[in-house]
Amino acid sequence: MSQDTHPYIGFEKYSEHVPPSIPLAVQQATSRFVGGRAARVAELPQWEQLRQLGSDIRQHTIENMDVYLTRLEEKVVASGGHVHWVETAEEARRIVLQIAQENNVKHVVKSKSMATEEIDLNHALGAAGIESLETDLGEYIIQLAGTGPSHIIVPAVHLKKEEIAVLFSEKLDINAQTDPIELARIAREVLREKFLNADMGISGGNFLIAETGTLVMVTNEGNGRMCTTMPELHVAVVGIDKVIPDWESLTVFLKLLARSATGQKLSTYTQFITGPRRADGEFGPKEFHLVLLDNGRSKILKDPIGRDVLKLFAAVPVRMFAPCIKTWAALRMAHLSRVPSGRSFRRKCLAHKLPANCRLLPRSAVRVPMFALSRFQSQQFSVTFAAVLRKAMRLRCQLFQFPFERPQILHPLHLPKTGFTDWVRVCCRSSIHSSAKIIGYQICLIRLIGGQRFDRFHHLVRDSENGGICALPKKRNLPDDQPCDRQHSPFFRAHRSISSEPAS
Amino acid sequence: MPKAQLFITCLGDQFYTATLQNVTHLLERLGVELTFPHDQTCCGQPLFNNGFEDKTRPVASNFIRAFAKSDAPIIAPSGSCVSMVKHHYPSLFKEGTPAHALAVDISSRTFEFTEYLVNVLKVTDVGAVYPHKVTYHASCHYLRELGLKTEVKTLLNNVQGLELVQLNEEETCCGFGGAFTVTYPEVSRSMMENKVKNIIASDADTVVTCEPGCLMNVAGGLHKAGSSIRAIHIVDLLSSKEELA
Repeated sequence: MSQDTHPYIGFEKYSEHVPPSIPLAVQQATSRFVGGRAARVAELPQWEQLRQLGSDIRQHTIENMDVYLTRLEEKVVASGGHVHWVETAEEARRIVLQIAQENNVKHVVKSKSMATEEIDLNHALGAAGIESLETDLGEYIIQLAGTGPSHIIVPAVHLKKEEIAVLFSEKLDINAQTDPIELARIAREVLREKFLNADMGISGGNFLIAETGTLVMVTNEGNGRMCTTMPELHVAVVGIDKVIPDWESLTVFLKLLARSATGQKLSTYTQFITGPRRADGEFGPKEFHLVLLDNGRSKILKDPIGRDVLKLFAAVPVRMFAPCIKTWAALRMAHLSRVPSGRSFRRKCLAHKLPANCRLLPRSAVRVPMFALSRFQSQQFSVTFAAVLRKAMRLRCQLFQFPFERPQILHPLHLPKTGFTDWVRVCCRSSIHSSAKIIGYQICLIRLIGGQRFDRFHHLVRDSENGGICALPKKRNLPDDQPCDRQHSPFFRAHRSISSEPAS
Repeated sequence: MPKAQLFITCLGDQFYTATLQNVTHLLERLGVELTFPHDQTCCGQPLFNNGFEDKTRPVASNFIRAFAKSDAPIIAPSGSCVSMVKHHYPSLFKEGTPAHALAVDISSRTFEFTEYLVNVLKVTDVGAVYPHKVTYHASCHYLRELGLKTEVKTLLNNVQGLELVQLNEEETCCGFGGAFTVTYPEVSRSMMENKVKNIIASDADTVVTCEPGCLMNVAGGLHKAGSSIRAIHIVDLLSSKEELA
């Protein structure tokens, strides 16, 4: 699918179905990321320099991407691997399917990968009659449930252990207890069997080292290692933006990555894969295929600001957009990532109607330039949270300015345009502003109080019944307190006569 | 005698008039000659944040016209409005044009209230008395766009009788975000609920913030939760002369 076909997702219409209990539970569940990152960052006094260094390395790599990609290909081929250059998602799906069919593959094990989500690989495999199993525990649970993830970092966070036990009992035909350790044991047993019987493993990748043609993956559960070593065939789908020059650069990124993403010093597993196994008796797959995915990335490279955004996405965990999001979660100022709502950007969620209890993280505008410069999701996210992101991002980049410097690429927002036009007229003429704005606010308030969705603003109206729309609690013991009076003008007019206003 | 112009902001004008009056009294007590340009309207932030850059331009021009009559600093008790003027106005106009130069001039002398007190007037003690347990919520624009962090704490620490308690997740957004609230009320509310939960857990009897928007949201949340905790603007707290018990 070409990048222009990415549909606009109106998150707002999904967000209203969020059961009230879920967002809070998720926020609480993910709050452990909050302190984690801060603590890890505090351990490294040179943190800011590292971020800058990472950013510089990315800048350099992006500017010389052709050189590094060519070198990477040479090295991968020299070590016995195959490299496939793909321009579009469709081409990528076709290549992977072709590899699978040529090798008569029936069962695939997958480690969590955003690149494969981006190209919607699972559906393509499913349609061709190939079983594709997600082996990340959270992903496995939601795949079993047949739903989508509720959160970018912790995909099954909306499910309670009791619900998971019921799910396991039903789907696996066993009597599962609600003990988390027991549940993990069950999943491990099932997955172990799958790893042993799989014909092909599919993964993404965090970095591609051009120097030696090495694929680097950082994971925590170890399933990624199983996927890439147990089956005879390993296919890695990786965006071209993941290339880095050499091992020395990697040390910089590895210092930044886990600290930013999960508040760890280092992820549990860091894997280096250079080609397939060299001799019988060695571990690893017989064949290694690297699918280098463009899918719009090179187009973004042509745009100076887009390039900067790409820089951000370039050095990220397997989940393509996770870094900023994870960083959101990790940082104490992170908020959106801790609230499940709206829908995930994941293709599979776009393809399926999700049950009401599985609303996903509204994705910020950040992800969109990656897919299509012309289709910004919603600037509200970008503006409101860009400043948060700027601080939180693992690498320094100009993301903050992005929406502002490319206003034409924004989706017109979901608020009525006519209202804005009127507002402009009112604001440009102070003579009508005073009275018009009061009416305007009344209308806004009426809209705000129109339902339970805004019940927290009801107090504004309650106060207005007693002479003035005022949100201040009435019983304040402040001596200078004056009655709430929405007619500011007389006060300031009177005041103006006391303090001399410059001639207007 | 230092001069300043008061930028009242939309929410301040509509919902927090008393706060604006307190700004006036407080600054005059500190010897600032405060004026109020009557032509001022909205700064255009709602338009800008929702992607209507063209529509923002005339509103911004109106603002600049109103405040360019004097070369005095511009003060507003709201981080987000100040941030709009400070950070985004210059980007609205083409570089090298007179309009851009004017926007840069205006943006360079626009200050948030506490920023003006501490960094310009160099006042850290305004003689306020407020014998309560207070916790502070850091607003997004105030904290991140303006980079103000210590100013408010300095002022609070110098208030007589005030005991400042740390708010858990102090710098996490309260979920208001202007139009964000209207478009994503559920997401917004869940963020607000988390904030309110933390405020209640802080065991303070007052929560103070520098942003009218956050104040509206948090006060409403506390009210909904049946809490007796007061949510007040920093200006109102600094204007307090409550007697020590």
